[in-house]
This record gives sequence, structure tokens and C-alpha cells, in this order.
Amino acid sequence: MTTLERNPGMPLDLGWVYASRVNLSAVERRTSTLTKRRSVKKDWQAAWLLKAITMIDLTTLSGDDTPGNVLRLCKKARQPVRTDLLEALGMRDKNLTVGAVCVYHRRVKDAVEALQGTSIPVAAVSTGFPAGQSPYQQRLEEIHESVAAGAKEIDIVISREHVLRGDWEALYRETKEMREACGDAHIKTILATGELGTLKNVRMASLVCMMAGADFIKTSTGKEPVNATLEVGLVMVRAVRDYYERTGYKVGFKPAGGIRTAKDAMNWEILIKEELGDEWLTPALFRFGASGLLGDIERQLSHHVTGRYAARHHMPMA
Amino acid sequence: MSVAEIFESMTYGPAPEANDAATAWLDDHQRKFNLFIKNHWAAPKSKKYMDSKNPATGETLAQIAIAGQPDIEDAVSAAREAFGPWSSLSGHQRARHLYALARTVQKHQRLLAVIESMDNGKPIRESRDIDVPLVARHFYYHAGWAQLMDSELRDYQPVGVVGQIIPWNFPLLMLAWKIAPALAMGNTVVIKPAPYTNLSALLFAELVVEAGLPPGVVNILTGDDKTGAGIVEHAGFDKIAFTGSTEVGRIIRRATAGTGKRLSLELGGKSPFLVFDDADQDAAIEGIIDAIWFNQGQVCCAGSRLLVQENIADSFLNKLRSRMGKLRVGDPLDKGIDLGAIVDVIQCQTIENWVKKGLAEGAEIYQPEISMPQNGCFFPPTLLTNVAPAATVAQEEIFGPVLVAMTFRTPSEAVELANNTRFGLAASIWSENINLALDIAHKVKAGSIWVNSTNLFDAASGFGGYRESGFGREGGREGLYEYVRPKWQNRPQPKIAVEKPDPKWGKLVPGRPAPLNGHNGAFAKIDRTPKLYIGGKQVRSDGNYTRTIWGANEASVGQVSDGNRKDIRDAVEAAHKAKGWSFKNGHSRAQILYYIAENLAIRAEEFARRLVTMTGQTQESAEQEVELTISRLFTYAAWSDKYGGVVQETTLRGVTIALYEPVGVIGIACPDEYPLLAFVSLLAPAIARGNTVVIIPSEKYPLSATDFYQILETSDLPGGVVNIVTGGRDHLAKTLVEHDDVDAMWYFGGAEGSFYIEYLSASNMKRTWVSYGEALDWLDSHQGEGDDFLRESTQVKNIWVPTGE
Repeated sequence: MTTLERNPGMPLDLGWVYASRVNLSAVERRTSTLTKRRSVKKDWQAAWLLKAITMIDLTTLSGDDTPGNVLRLCKKARQPVRTDLLEALGMRDKNLTVGAVCVYHRRVKDAVEALQGTSIPVAAVSTGFPAGQSPYQQRLEEIHESVAAGAKEIDIVISREHVLRGDWEALYRETKEMREACGDAHIKTILATGELGTLKNVRMASLVCMMAGADFIKTSTGKEPVNATLEVGLVMVRAVRDYYERTGYKVGFKPAGGIRTAKDAMNWEILIKEELGDEWLTPALFRFGASGLLGDIERQLSHHVTGRYAARHHMPMA
Repeated sequence: MSVAEIFESMTYGPAPEANDAATAWLDDHQRKFNLFIKNHWAAPKSKKYMDSKNPATGETLAQIAIAGQPDIEDAVSAAREAFGPWSSLSGHQRARHLYALARTVQKHQRLLAVIESMDNGKPIRESRDIDVPLVARHFYYHAGWAQLMDSELRDYQPVGVVGQIIPWNFPLLMLAWKIAPALAMGNTVVIKPAPYTNLSALLFAELVVEAGLPPGVVNILTGDDKTGAGIVEHAGFDKIAFTGSTEVGRIIRRATAGTGKRLSLELGGKSPFLVFDDADQDAAIEGIIDAIWFNQGQVCCAGSRLLVQENIADSFLNKLRSRMGKLRVGDPLDKGIDLGAIVDVIQCQTIENWVKKGLAEGAEIYQPEISMPQNGCFFPPTLLTNVAPAATVAQEEIFGPVLVAMTFRTPSEAVELANNTRFGLAASIWSENINLALDIAHKVKAGSIWVNSTNLFDAASGFGGYRESGFGREGGREGLYEYVRPKWQNRPQPKIAVEKPDPKWGKLVPGRPAPLNGHNGAFAKIDRTPKLYIGGKQVRSDGNYTRTIWGANEASVGQVSDGNRKDIRDAVEAAHKAKGWSFKNGHSRAQILYYIAENLAIRAEEFARRLVTMTGQTQESAEQEVELTISRLFTYAAWSDKYGGVVQETTLRGVTIALYEPVGVIGIACPDEYPLLAFVSLLAPAIARGNTVVIIPSEKYPLSATDFYQILETSDLPGGVVNIVTGGRDHLAKTLVEHDDVDAMWYFGGAEGSFYIEYLSASNMKRTWVSYGEALDWLDSHQGEGDDFLRESTQVKNIWVPTGE
């Protein structure tokens, strides 16, 4: 993994924010044709799927999470693909792991312990996830606690209220303070795009979060009615690109929610490659927030290796 | 490359579409194809064949028959024979046939797409996702019109046997655009694919049989340019429909002049792509990709002229350059490429020459450093900047993946630059401000306008151009009229002897004083010699000659000015200055037409008397003519605010508005019959729909028209909307039709004159409407105020406005 200089943020530039223009029909046309303009087959498909695995934030965010199932998840994170398949693909020696494991604060400690001896970071969702409606100081405190428990990445939720009311200063201030609370841990700002109403709001919120110093901008909690769509993703990655072009800092992007199939993963990779470039196709700058995705990818890899369609129960579960 | 290596590099690999079925199909035919006549393969009588090549590989795919004159004869008589039974089928029966064709196309979609890409070089993504689905859609849509013809077009009949010539850029789609409306309206066709691209048409021939079409309804003649010329010139056709270059369109216009054949032409373009500073710039960049790098830029409506607002130009062009670096050029059958092969080496060379010319004229070139195939006809995506309208590359159609970029400062300058072209096919407008976008959409002269989108097509929206981009529409209700004629009208059979145009046609010796038998001198009348009526003023003719008008009993009934070329020039000038008329709302135009009618009614007696003395008709018939003239003014006052257009039901989410816009400046030459009624019947629809006119009254009986300008003067009609130039009709008509700033020419006169009008119109490809020497019954409401008067007074502009936030 290449080390990147963290985005330090910048003063809030409202002129830039307000200059946002997003044309929905054009965005839809781009996303619907993009995935038909590119086709990744055979060995390329296998390689791209393996790459996708390295960029997965393997996630469990349930009320019934216990040390037991988190342990299982972490084992899968360390060894995401059956060794015989890796062997056949010539990838045995690559020490392939997922990008991170993502849990609620209560499970951070379990995960950190289970991942001892690996470089897989633990990410904690935070700040009153998923609605972000808890008291502000409590939300900041939550960040501190998770960082103290060993989380290296904090996925915060923004206050949708600030976006919907157009209070960009408030959004900026809040995000900046949360980033400070994270310290050395990386901050991913969840925009909850399904609740922002318009793509223009998505773009404006993306810019403000980056200005406030976000390391990653992330689409959704996975709990909104509409989660990671390619349309939202396109708008966000274009904001990332603009931010990079103006400031020289690369901000990461994480679509989350609803990404379940290998085909979905490839479409996202195509989007990133085309709109941001190859340098973003790395866990340092791109993550999938997903729980079921890995299983489907593993089955596709099995198909690639054996030529036969694979059964779900032949893949070791998380 | 190993999986591990790709894992590191994350490159794209090959993703070829299988072509085994296509290859097997070619082999089924022993890679040799004959002509398709009467649902059978017929060997060309000349025994001549040509090679069909895959432009991506240079490989010869098959041998294609070249149809000669005897084959054309066979095809025409097959179509003629089939016409009777086909046209007498009920609309519903024809609808079933078209529905079957649509279904059959869908059933063989992939094979059609693969064949198309192999033959033409276009990316499989485009043939698969765009061309072939649009083909099926076109047949479905027109199955609907076939079903509805009996009710919705009950006053119309098919044109007859149609000759259709299509280009190589969208071989199958253009075939569908031609065949579907023709068949729906009960015509039979002989269609000729372009020499480079025949295979999808030949595969379609098999689908015609599979779908169960009666023999002879569709005949497909492959061949070379000579075959095309043979079709154009063949007397057996009632209509020619052509899509291709403006250059060839001009030849066809001349070749069919005066024959009474209907003609529709869809020609070239140099369509503007306007980006305002409040556009979604990333969206606009993708728009450019779809505008100029769709089908390798070999698209008649390609957005080939980028006009970007100066205040964002530098950063926008940088964005564009970096986006160009992501384009992939390669094997058309690869599912992961953006640009395929150019159709032929010759075409590739032509593009290269244009680019060289552009560079010689000072353009700066940008071509991204992307990998290009080593063999085959490929041309990289190219951007030319530092280009001004004066550059050849900014004016001429390159028909390749070459974009020229210019800047504008203000919206009005954007419009001026957009319209600074001989063409008028399409335009794309990018702005998030709907006020601005729609205002520009109104002002740009083009048949298709895409707001925040580009290259959108649908069967429900008529496609076709303004100006030298041709005339006629394909798709939509407006497209149907290209394939029907009113039931009262027979196919014109002009009897003319003109073999070769005589440059002396229309020459005129100006008028002289009346011979001695003019007046009896008994009573000294106050002279009342009308002048010309130009720009709202009565003006003396430039030549200062006067002609005498002879009444029914060989006595002089008055004199008029003998207008000349310069008077026409002044009149056209005045008509252009009065163009504000087209922006007046329909209600205001109606008010003025009613006022004209009112003022005519006051002087009805005088106008009737004039008709009697001039033509010798009875008092009764003269009174009837005046009454009917008043009625006609009412008709067009009524139509002033009821023919603005429709909303088209395309597949777009949003609205597609078909605006029926004025044509512009219309030249009108009136017939001698019904000197008042015909004059007003022609004048009124033109001005009702916002055109300005230069009208030549009846040469023989011009005095009703010159009397009429006093009516116009008292009716609040702005000066210059109607300009009346009296004199020798053909002399004046010739100047008008040759005038490059006249948009349409109507000529109600002899067969010979009609020939010249159509022939000479080719200079700027203006629309013409001529009578071929076959007089109308102006008293009849179908003939004297039918829908065609409104259609000839308008041109359809389709504005596509996607919606959603």
C-alpha cells in the first residue's frame, strides 16, 4: 500500500460549493453506458475481483453482533479466498486480505484482538450511527472511545439536517471537529446520500466534507432506503477529482450498502478507473462497504478456476 | 499477462464478442450475395460483383452484386406490381406486417449487431445497444401508424413506388428509417444500401421473408454509385428518399427536377455543441464524447463544432483533453472500446486531409496518447483548437472523429456562431439554466435540438434538417407526410421537353408603352400605376420599366412596374429585416390577418370589379372569389395560433417538443388563375405561421395583388413581412430561387418553370413547392387550403429536454 499524505482540509470555500451543477439525466446516461462501454473478462475479471477483495470493508452492523460472529468475520477477513483457488490463480503468496473490518464500537475490541498480527485495520461506525441524531458531545466522545479501543478508521455520519437546511458552515465545523477527534485514525464521512434529496446536495456535501479534512467520503450507512448507486458514486468521485485537481490531495471514496454481486464490484471498479484513474484502485483510496459481496466474488473466482458454476456452501462462510 | 500481473496493473484486456453465427451466415451464402427482388435472390444481369470488406481487418467478407439498369427495371416492376395489393390492404393488415418485422428484427438482434459491426467497423456496443434497438423501435412505432392511417390520415394516399438510397454510417438504422414509414403508409420500395455496407441489408432481406412480407414490397438492390444514379433517374419511381452527403443531395435534386417525383433529403451537418458557464461541465464533457466520438464521428448530426463560453474555456478544454486520454480505440467487436474502425481507407484519408488543412490554417491539434491498432482503418480522437469560423475545418463537414473548438462571450454571440453555417441538422445545448437553454433552443436553426443531452434518437421524433442539411423528416407524425399525398392529388405527370437547363430561362425584355390601341383618349383618367411594395413602402422599380396589363377584351386595364433582379434583392433584404414577425405571438398575427380580411370586406365590390375587368370573369364568380378570399384570410387567422407543434412521445424521460417553426423567407410565384384568391391562399398561410415573403403576383393579372397592398398598409402589417414584386414571373422567380438567403420557393406555374425552380434550388438546397403545370382548383377547400399549406409554411424542430433533479 502506498502511503499518501492525508488530506489536511482547507478553509470552507462557499463559492466553490455553490458553483455545483449536477444534471441528473446526464449522470444517469453516463452510469448506464459506462458499464456497457467496458467489459472485463477471463483473467482480467479474476484479477479485478481479487483486487476488489482487497478493497472490501468487510462489515457487520447488526444488533445481534457478538464476539463470536465478529471473530468469524475477522477470520474470513484474513483469509478471504479458499487457498486452492488462490493457488490456481497464482496468488497464493500475495497475502491477500480484505481492506478492513467494519463494526460498531461495542465490537471494536473483539475485532482488534482477532486481527492481531495482520495489517487489517478495524473501522468503527460512529457518531450516533446511522441517524446521527444523538447529542453532539456524545458523538465526539464516541469517536474518542473507538480510537482508544484500537479503531484505525472511523466512519462518521454527517448531520443530514445541515445539508437539507443549507447550513454548510455547520457541516464544515462539525466534520472538522470530528476529524480532530479522530486524531491519527482516518475519518470516513458518511453522507447518507439516500436522505439528501438531490445529487446537487450530494456534490455540495462531498466538497464540504473534503474541505473539512475527510480522508474518505462514503455514500451511505447501508440503513437508508437507497444506498450506494452508481449515480451517487459518479457525483462523489467527480467531486473527489475536482478536489484533487484544485488542492493536490487525494481523498478516498467508499460506496456502501447494496453492493452484493461480483458484477456490482466490477462496475464500481470501472467507474473508479474511468473517472478517477488507476491510482485510486487501491485500499488506501477506495473501499467497498459490504457484507455479502465477498461470497459472490469467491464463487466467481471458483468458476473462473474450475469452469463450473459454484455452490454457495462450498465457500467458507464469514 | 498473468492474473497476478493484472492484479497489479489493473489494465483492461480483450473482451471480444463472438462472431461465429455471423461467420456461419456468411458461409451459408458461400460469401456471395445476389440482389433481393420479389422475395428472391436474383443474380445481377451484368454478372458483376464487388468486395465487401471488414474495415477493421481489411479482410474481404463477401462478394456483393452490382445491380445494373436491367436489374433496376426488374425491381421497379416488382415493386409496382406489389403496390396495388399492398396499398389496398387495410391499415391493420399492414400494421401486422410491420409488427412482424419489428419482432423478427428483435429475434435476430445480436446477429444483426455483429454483422453491422463487422461490415461497418462501429463498436459492437453501439450496434448492439443503439442501432439495432432503434431499428426494432422504428418498425414498432410505424406499425402503429399503419394501424391508424385509415383514421388519422384518412385524406391521404400512398405516394407509390419509392426509391431509397441510404448511407454507410448507420446501414441498418437508415434502412429502417426509410422502409418503415414507406411501408406503413402503403408504399412499396426499392432500397439501395451504400457500397461499403450491404450485409445488414441483405440479412434484413431474409428477415423480410421470415416475417412473411408479400413479394415485391421490399426490394434490395446492392450496387455502386451508378446503381444509385440509375434509381434516381428511373421514371418508374414516384419518390426518391436519400440520406447522404449534401454534395450528392444536390446532384439528386437536379436529377429529379421537374419530374414530379417527391424528394426527401437528409444531408450533412456541422452541428454546434454549446457549453455555457453554468453547465454541469462533467456532463457536457461526456456529451462531447457521445457527440463527436459516437460511431467514430461518422454521424451526420455529430456535434462537431464545440462552442464553449470563453470564461470557462481553458479549464473545460483541459478537462476534455484528459477525458480523451481515457478513450479506447480498437477492434469493433471488442465490448470494451469506444471507437471502432473508420468505414474505409479512402474515408480515413479524407479525414487526414481535413486535419492537415486545419493545421495549415493554424489550428492546434490534440490527440491523446492512447494505443491504436496497428492495422485496419483507424483514426484517433482529435481536437482542433485555435480555430475560428473562417477556418475551413470550422465550416466543412469532416465526417470523422475530429472536433473543432471555438469560444463565445455571450448567449447572443453563441447563437450567432451556432447559426454561422450552411447546415442546420442538430444542436446540443448545455446549461443548468432552463431559461437560457430553451431560449437558445428556440434561436438555433436546426431540426433536432438536444438540451443537456446529445445524439438522442427515437422513432417518435422526426429527424431532419434546416438549410443545406436537407428537407423532409424521418420519424414522428411529421415523417409520414413524406410518404403520402392528398387523396385528391394524382402523381404529377409533368410534360416537359427540357433535356438540359437553358441558362437563358427567365430572361426578359422589360415592358414598353402600350401599342396604339391602348386608350381611346376620350377621358383623361388620373394615372394609377402601382409601384412595387417592398419593406412596407411603395417603391419605384429599380429598372424603371413599366409593363401594360391587358384585360379580357384585349384592352389595357392598367400598368405595373416591371421588377428586376435588384428589386428582388431589395425585397429579400426587406423580408429579412422584418423577421421580428416570426417572434410575434400567434394571437397578434391572427389579429392582423383578421384586420386584413376586414379591410378587404369593406372594399369587396372594388376587388370584384377589378377581377371582372382584368379576367373577364362574371360578376358573380368575381364576387365569389372575393368572398372566398376573405374566408381564407379567416382560415389562416384561425391557424395563426393553432399550429405551434406537439409533444412527441419519445422514450426520453422529460419532454420532446416538436415546434412547427416558420421556414424563414419564402419566395412565392403565383399562378394566373384566380389572381386574388390564389395570391391570398399562398400569402396567408405563410405569414400566419410567421414567415416573411417575397411574392410575385400573377404575371398576367397582377392588379388585384397591387390593389391588395393598400389593404396591407391599412391593416397594421409590419413593413417587409409581405413584399410584392410585379413583372415577368419566371424572370423574378429565377432570381428568387437562386437567392441563397431565401429559405423556400413556391412556384405555381408551368411544368417547365417547375423544372427550373427545382433545378436551381439546389444552389442552397432550399425547400421548393411547385405545381408542375397542374393547376389547383383554388375554390376547393382541400386543394386551396389543405394541410399542405401549413406544412409548407413550417419546419419541424424537435427539442429534447430531459428532466429530473
